[in-house]
Order: sequence, then structure tokens, then C-alpha cells
Amino acid sequence: MSIPGNLLYTKDHEWVKIEGATAIIGISDHAQHALGDITFVELPKIGDRVVQGKHCATVESVKAASDVYAPFSGKVIKINTELLQHPELANQSPYSQGWFIAIEIDNIKEKDSLMLESEYVHYLTQLPS
Amino acid sequence: MALKYTPLLSCHEKLGARLSAFGGWLMPIQYEGIISEHLWTRRSVSVFDICHMGEFLVYGDPEKSNLDRIVTMNLGDMPCGKCSYGFMLNEEGGIIDDLVMYRIAPEKWMLVVNAATTDIDEQNLKKHLFKDARLENASSALGKLDLQGPVSCEAIQRLFDFQAQGLRYYHFEEVICLGEKVILSRTGYTGELGYELYIPSETILGVWNHILADSAVKPAGLGARDTLRLEMGYLLYGQDISKDTTPLEAGLDKFVDFNKDFIGKDALLKMRREKTKRLLVCFLSDSRRAPRHNYKIYSDSREVGTVTSGSFSPSLSCGIGMGYVELDCATIGTKLVLKDNTVEINATVVEKPFYSEGTARQNPAVGNVPVT
Repeated sequence: MSIPGNLLYTKDHEWVKIEGATAIIGISDHAQHALGDITFVELPKIGDRVVQGKHCATVESVKAASDVYAPFSGKVIKINTELLQHPELANQSPYSQGWFIAIEIDNIKEKDSLMLESEYVHYLTQLPS
Repeated sequence: MALKYTPLLSCHEKLGARLSAFGGWLMPIQYEGIISEHLWTRRSVSVFDICHMGEFLVYGDPEKSNLDRIVTMNLGDMPCGKCSYGFMLNEEGGIIDDLVMYRIAPEKWMLVVNAATTDIDEQNLKKHLFKDARLENASSALGKLDLQGPVSCEAIQRLFDFQAQGLRYYHFEEVICLGEKVILSRTGYTGELGYELYIPSETILGVWNHILADSAVKPAGLGARDTLRLEMGYLLYGQDISKDTTPLEAGLDKFVDFNKDFIGKDALLKMRREKTKRLLVCFLSDSRRAPRHNYKIYSDSREVGTVTSGSFSPSLSCGIGMGYVELDCATIGTKLVLKDNTVEINATVVEKPFYSEGTARQNPAVGNVPVT
């Protein structure tokens, strides 16, 4: 299971990369593995506002549909249109080509509720298998 | 209730399968991935562990034992070596189970039933079989492996030294497999040319390993089995049909022989006279988004039914599903909207099967080139 050290993580298995005032968001390797083959992704539109902990995107696998929750509140400034065409990128490259959206962060203090790599690794070991 | 285990559980664990409960059994859902297993089955050959399914043996004359009245297929006309798909119904015409009946000898029958309904089926058989019939629940004694795919005939020949080209669709033979007598039928649930093997549970491990040693064969799980069957428009008991639906509503009249007497016949005849109020239809999404079980079906903003099965179709790369709708929405070409709280999918009623390239009925002697 790949868990890069330069990212922050949520309990719902989203990852965030902070670049200045921008947060790039995706789902973790653990999440894509648990979902299985991803067949459809729905993303918000550029300009939409998302709220920390609330639904911001949907992923569907062969078996089920799941919600993706926003790790930060803010305005959507970019979406991965390539992912809409090729949802399998979220399986093949969850931390790179399979990114979901980029948002302009409202309040950087919201990062206090996110997990560092080491905390996320520990969190995963606590989950029922 | 405690989960039952397939005799092949440790094999699945070694292969890294994802396991989940299905019909009261812990079964492999996927190995490599549902889509790759699905596509491999469509172009080569896969082996499925289907040990969860139930088998009953009934010894007796179909009339004198009352077996002919318990099922909807005509047993009197069935030759030995033939199998036939049909139903056990209740008095109201509701489906207790769907099953495949095998005539092994003039007075020896094998009923292959769903895992989750095995106990109910046994009660139903005990209730209606006459005293001189003998009923044996062979579900634990018999395991089942399915070999499915366009090159399965060649695989059977290589693996069991059995010339399977002559075995016709929905026929079976007893063959010797690693020294054991097994039933090999040309049947399946994938829409591809395929075979189902009924093997004594204590020897099934050897047969599984023997099959997987063949480089053309890969294991496939119940996840792929579900998407394969849905692409063919085959129904799943407990989801698309149940004791609350009838074969008429499910569009499966052809598996009910109205020229004989059977339990539920009067109710079905009444339903036929009064016309069914709803019908099972197949629909195609206009996107990759898949409808799911229990989504509501709308036509012109009027609620007209419920989705019973839905998935992404790996062969067609779009969402597919089936569900019951009011009669006036059952015509091919009808536009539907499938909804849950947050999702709205546009779909169109289509003919089944969704996937029309299936090789299930193909003559294997024509020669299928193995995929390299």
C-alpha cells in the first residue's frame, strides 16, 4: 500500500497536497484498492464551493457508488477532466494522474483536523479488515 | 447464522481473493479484478467456485412422486442426459426458487438450487413429495466448478480427456475426472460456451488445482459472475425474482409448461387473464453511471417501478440494469429516469441480452481459437 509522506489524509481516505493557498485532492491507494475497478467519477464544476467533511465528488466501482468528502472548504479552481474520461486513472495512479480537484483554501487552519502520513498509517492498522 | 465455507477457501486466500458473504457462504468475489475477470471469461476461459449452490437428489417416478407438480418444467417428456431450467412456485404463483433439473436416470433427478434458498427448497420438497419418493440433500457432499468461456470446450478436452464437442447445450454426461465420477453439463450463467462440473466435495481440491494448472484458465469470482449474467439479462434469485414475483411478471413464461399441472398454475392463469400489472425490463444508461438495486424508476416524472439489478457493463462500457415497471413503460425504446436521493440516470428500455456476442449456444466443433 503506497502512502506518500508529503500529503495529508482524512479518515474517509482522501489525500490532500497543499501548494500555497491551493489544495489538490484525490483518494488514497487504500481507497482505490477497497473500491476495486473504478468505472465512473463525478466531479464538481469549477467555481463550485465545497465544505470540509461534506460531499464533493462521487466514485463508482463495478459493485457500488461512494461519496468523496472535501478535506478543506473552498472554491473549486481546477478539475481533472482526464479522470472523467478515464476513471481507471484513480486505480492506476491515485496520487498523480488520478487526482480529482484543486480548491482555493478558505482557512488553512482546517488542516489541523487532517492526518500526517504516520498518523494515517496508524489509522489504517486500526481499521477492521 | 454462521457462514459456511467452500472446501476451496484456502486456495482462494492463497490467490489473494477478496472474500465476502453470499447466500450464507464466504465466497471469493474477485481475484485480479472484476473487469479483467469478466473480459477474460468473454474471450478465453475462467473457472468459478460455485460450491455454495445447493443440490438435491430425488429418486422416483415424476408423476408418482409428485415431483412433476412441484416444478414448472415438464419432467415426463425429459430424456435422460438432459437438463432444464424452471421454477418451484408457491400456490400464489410466487417464485420459491429458480432451478436446473437434471434427469440422471428414469427415476433419478438432480435439482440444482440457489444457496440462500436451499433450506426453504428442502422444506417445500418434503412438504409436497409423496411418501414413496426418496429425497437426499447432496449440497454438502457435492461441490461445483464452472468452466466458462469460448475456449472452454478445448480446456475440457485437455483437462479431462473428454471429447466435449458432442455435448449439446443443456445436456450432460457422467465423466471420469481424476478417477472420480462427475457430472459435466453444458450449462452456465455467463452467456459463454461453458460447462458446470458436479464433483464430490472431498476430491474437489484436486480438480481445482488440476484446472488452474492449465495456462488458458484463470479463476474468476462472483463479482464477474454477476456482471456476466447481467449482460445476458439472466435473473438473480433474491434480487430480480422472489416469492413476491411470478414468472409472468419476470417475462419467463417459456420456462413454465402450462400443458401440465403444477403448484401455482391456477394463480398464474388468473394473472394471465387479468393481465400482469408490471413487467421486468432491461435498460441501458446513457452514460458510464450504473443504476443500483432499489433505485426508483420514473417515466415523465411519474414513479413507475424499482431497479432490481444494476451494474457497469464491462463489455459495453456503460451502465445497465433491470427492474419492474408498469406495463405501459415496458415497451422497447421507452425513456426512463433512474433515481436515488442524489443520482439521476437517463436510460432506455432495450431488448435482452445487452451483450449479443455470447457463445453459449455456439457449436464448439466450429473451432474457437484460444486467445494468447
